[in-house]
Amino acid sequence: MAISSTETASPAGSPGPGGFLLNLAIALVIMVAGIVFAVLCAVAVFAALNTVLPDIKLVQAMLVMVLGVAACFGYFWGSNRLLDVIYPPRGSRVAENINAANGIRPWLFLGPAVVILGIYLVYPVINSIVLSFHGPSGETWVGGANYAWLAKDAAFRESMRNNILWLIVVPAAATFFGLIAAALTDRIGWGNVAKSLIFMPMAISFVGASVIWKFIYDYRAEGSDQIGILNAIVTFFGAEPQAWITIPFWNNFFLMVILIWIQTGFAMVILSAALRGIPEETIEAAIIDGASPFQIFYKIKVPQIWGTIAVVWTTITILVLKVFDIVLAMTNGQWGSQVLANYMFDWMFRGLDFGRASTIALVIMAMVTPIMVWNIREARKDMK
Amino acid sequence: MSTPVGSRPALAWVVNISVILLVALWTLPTFGILVSSLRDKDQLAVSGWWTALTSSERNLVARAAPPENATLEGGRYVLTGNVFEGGSGEVTGFGISSRDPSAFAVGEEAELRGDATLTVEANGDYTIAYAGEPEPGRGQRIFVSSVEPPKFTTANYENVLFSEGLGKSFINTMTVTIPATVIPILIAAYAAYALAWMEFPGRALLLAAIVGLLVVPLQMSLIPLLRLYNTVGIGKSFIGIWLAHTGFGLPLAIYLLRNYMAGLPREIIESARVDGASDFEIFRKIILPLSFPALASFAIFQFLWVWNDLLVATVFLGNNEEQLVLTGRLRELLGSRGGNWEILTASAFVAIVVPILVFFAMQRYLVRGLLAGSVKGG
Repeated sequence: MAISSTETASPAGSPGPGGFLLNLAIALVIMVAGIVFAVLCAVAVFAALNTVLPDIKLVQAMLVMVLGVAACFGYFWGSNRLLDVIYPPRGSRVAENINAANGIRPWLFLGPAVVILGIYLVYPVINSIVLSFHGPSGETWVGGANYAWLAKDAAFRESMRNNILWLIVVPAAATFFGLIAAALTDRIGWGNVAKSLIFMPMAISFVGASVIWKFIYDYRAEGSDQIGILNAIVTFFGAEPQAWITIPFWNNFFLMVILIWIQTGFAMVILSAALRGIPEETIEAAIIDGASPFQIFYKIKVPQIWGTIAVVWTTITILVLKVFDIVLAMTNGQWGSQVLANYMFDWMFRGLDFGRASTIALVIMAMVTPIMVWNIREARKDMK
Repeated sequence: MSTPVGSRPALAWVVNISVILLVALWTLPTFGILVSSLRDKDQLAVSGWWTALTSSERNLVARAAPPENATLEGGRYVLTGNVFEGGSGEVTGFGISSRDPSAFAVGEEAELRGDATLTVEANGDYTIAYAGEPEPGRGQRIFVSSVEPPKFTTANYENVLFSEGLGKSFINTMTVTIPATVIPILIAAYAAYALAWMEFPGRALLLAAIVGLLVVPLQMSLIPLLRLYNTVGIGKSFIGIWLAHTGFGLPLAIYLLRNYMAGLPREIIESARVDGASDFEIFRKIILPLSFPALASFAIFQFLWVWNDLLVATVFLGNNEEQLVLTGRLRELLGSRGGNWEILTASAFVAIVVPILVFFAMQRYLVRGLLAGSVKGG
C-alpha cells in the first residue's frame, strides 16, 4: 500500500520515543481542549434551541444530528487552528514548526475515534474478563466459580452443541447457495433483477425475518385448514401437520433456514464479483480443451476464487456466533434450541448475573478470536 | 458472461428455470406476509394467503330478529332480514342446528318448532313465517354455510399503527437511526484519512487493531457499558444509544473509508501538498468529496444495521412503552399476539418497508461497500 512520505514528514518530526510521547501529550491537550469546546458549544446551542422548538422526539433527533456533525467539524477545525497557532508555519522556525505540527496532527485526526473505540470496544473486553471472576452484581470476587459452573451447566452444553451445528450448517449452506445463485444469475439476461431479489432479505431485520418465517411454520391442529405454507404443503401430500419449531433438535435447522435465507444474498454478491474477476483466458482454454460447463465451474472457476470463498465463509461464521434475535423471537431457547448469544442475554436480563453472563460472552469472544487473528494477518499481507 | 457454453438451448432453459425457482424461494416468504397483511382478518385466520384471490368458505351463525317483530302479511306472521348483517357473501346452504350447517339447500323450507318455516336465499335474505302469532322470546338461530368473495383491507395497518403502538415505535426507530447513522461518518472519515495518508509511529498497529475490533462480538460490550452508563448517569436514554451505535459502527467505517482513501491517486494529494495545502484542507477539499461513494456505502450499512438492531436497543434503551423501537415492539407482539396474524404481518411489514426501500434505492453503494470490505485477492 502507498505510504505518504513527503519531505515534511522526515524523521526529524519524530525524534525518538521521547519526541513521540511529547507529541502525544501535546495532541492530548489540544484534543481535550477541542472536544470540550465543541461539545460545550453543541450542548449550549441544543439547550437554547430546545426552549424554542416543540418537544417532538424526531425534531430533537434531527437537531442532535446537525449539532453532532457541527461539533465534529468544530472540533477538527478548532484543534487544527490551535495547532497552527502553537506551531505557526511561518517565521524564522518554519521548518521545525511544520515538522512538529506534522508529528501531532495525525493524533488530532485520530483522537475522537480512538477515544470512542477505547470506551466502547477495548475497555469492555478487559472489563468482561475482570467481571467473569466476580459474582452476580460484579462486586464480589469469586475466582473461577463462574467457569466451574459453566463447565457443569447442561444448558450451556446444549447451547454449545447448537452453536456448533449453526457454525457448520449456516456458513456452508449460505456460501453454497450463494455460489450457485452467482453462477446461474451471471448467465441470464435478467440476472441483475434476480440478484436484487435474492439479495433483498439482507435488508430485513432478524426479528422481521422471524415473523415472516414463523408464519411459514405456523401450525394448526390436524383437520383444520393450515395457514402456514409448510404445513399446507405437508398436508397436501397426505402427511400430518407438525409444530415445526417445537420439535427438539430438528427445530434448530428450521431456525437456521432463516439465517441462510438472509445471508445467501451477501454470499452471492461477493462471489459473483469474484467469478467475474476470473481471467477469461483460463476459461477459454478450458473450452477449447473440451471441458463441460460443470467441469469449467468446479475445476476452473471455483479453485480460482477460494480466497473469496474463505472470506465469505468467515464473515458469515462471525455473524452466526453473534446470532441472537432469531432464537429470541422464535423459541427463546425453548425446546432445545438455545444458543450462546441468547443464553448470555438470558443470564444478563432474566438471571441478572453479570458474572455468569460475562463468562458466556467470553466464550463467544474466544470462538471469534481465531478468525480475528486470521483477518489481521490477511489484512497486514494486503497492506504490505 | 457470454461464453459459448451459454448458447446451448437446453442448458439455458435449465439455468432459467433454476433461477426462477431460487428467486421464488427467496421472495415468496416476504410476499406472503405482504398479501396476508392486506387481507380481512377473519379470512386470514382460516385460509392460507395463497388462496387470497379465491372465495373462501365460511360457517357462520346468525340470530334472527325476535319473534315479536313479525308482521302480519297475507294471514301469516312474517319475519325477514339478512344473515350477513351488512357483510357480503353467498349462501350455499343453511341449517337449524350447529351439527349440520348445510342441511337445507338455498330456497328450501325448513320446519321450525311452533309451526313455522324458515327459508334462506342465496344473497342471505331469510324469511321466517309463523302460522299463528308467535310467542315473544329470543330470535331463531340460523346456521349458514357461505362462500365469501376475497376481501382486502387496510384496516390491519390502521390498527397496528394507531392502536398497537407501532406508530410511536416507528418514530422512536427514526429517532435512534438518523443521528446514529450520520455522526460516526465524520469521526471515521478523519481517522481513515490519518491512517491512509499521514505518517506517524504506531500506524500499522492501529490498523491491525481496527481490523481486530471489526469482529469483536457486541455481547462483550453490553454489561461493561451498561454498568458504565449507570455510573456516569446516562442510563437508558437516546444519547446513550446514539453513542453506542457510533462506537460499534466505527471499526467498519474506518476500515471501509481507509481502504477507499488509500486507493485514491497519490498524485492529487502530493501536488496539493506541494501547493502548500495543509492536511486539514486536503482532507476537506479533496479527499472528502472524492470519497463520497465510500461514505454512502457506510451510511447504508449503518442505517440498515441500526434500523434492524434489536440487541443494542433492548439493552441501552429499555422496553418501556415510550422508548420501544420497531424491532422491540415486533418481538413483544410475537409474544403477546402470537396467534393474531393480521397484527403480526402488518407490523412486520411496517418494520421492514423502510430498509427495503432504502435497499432498492441505494443497492449500488451497498454492493460496492460489501466488495470493498470483503474481496481480497483470490
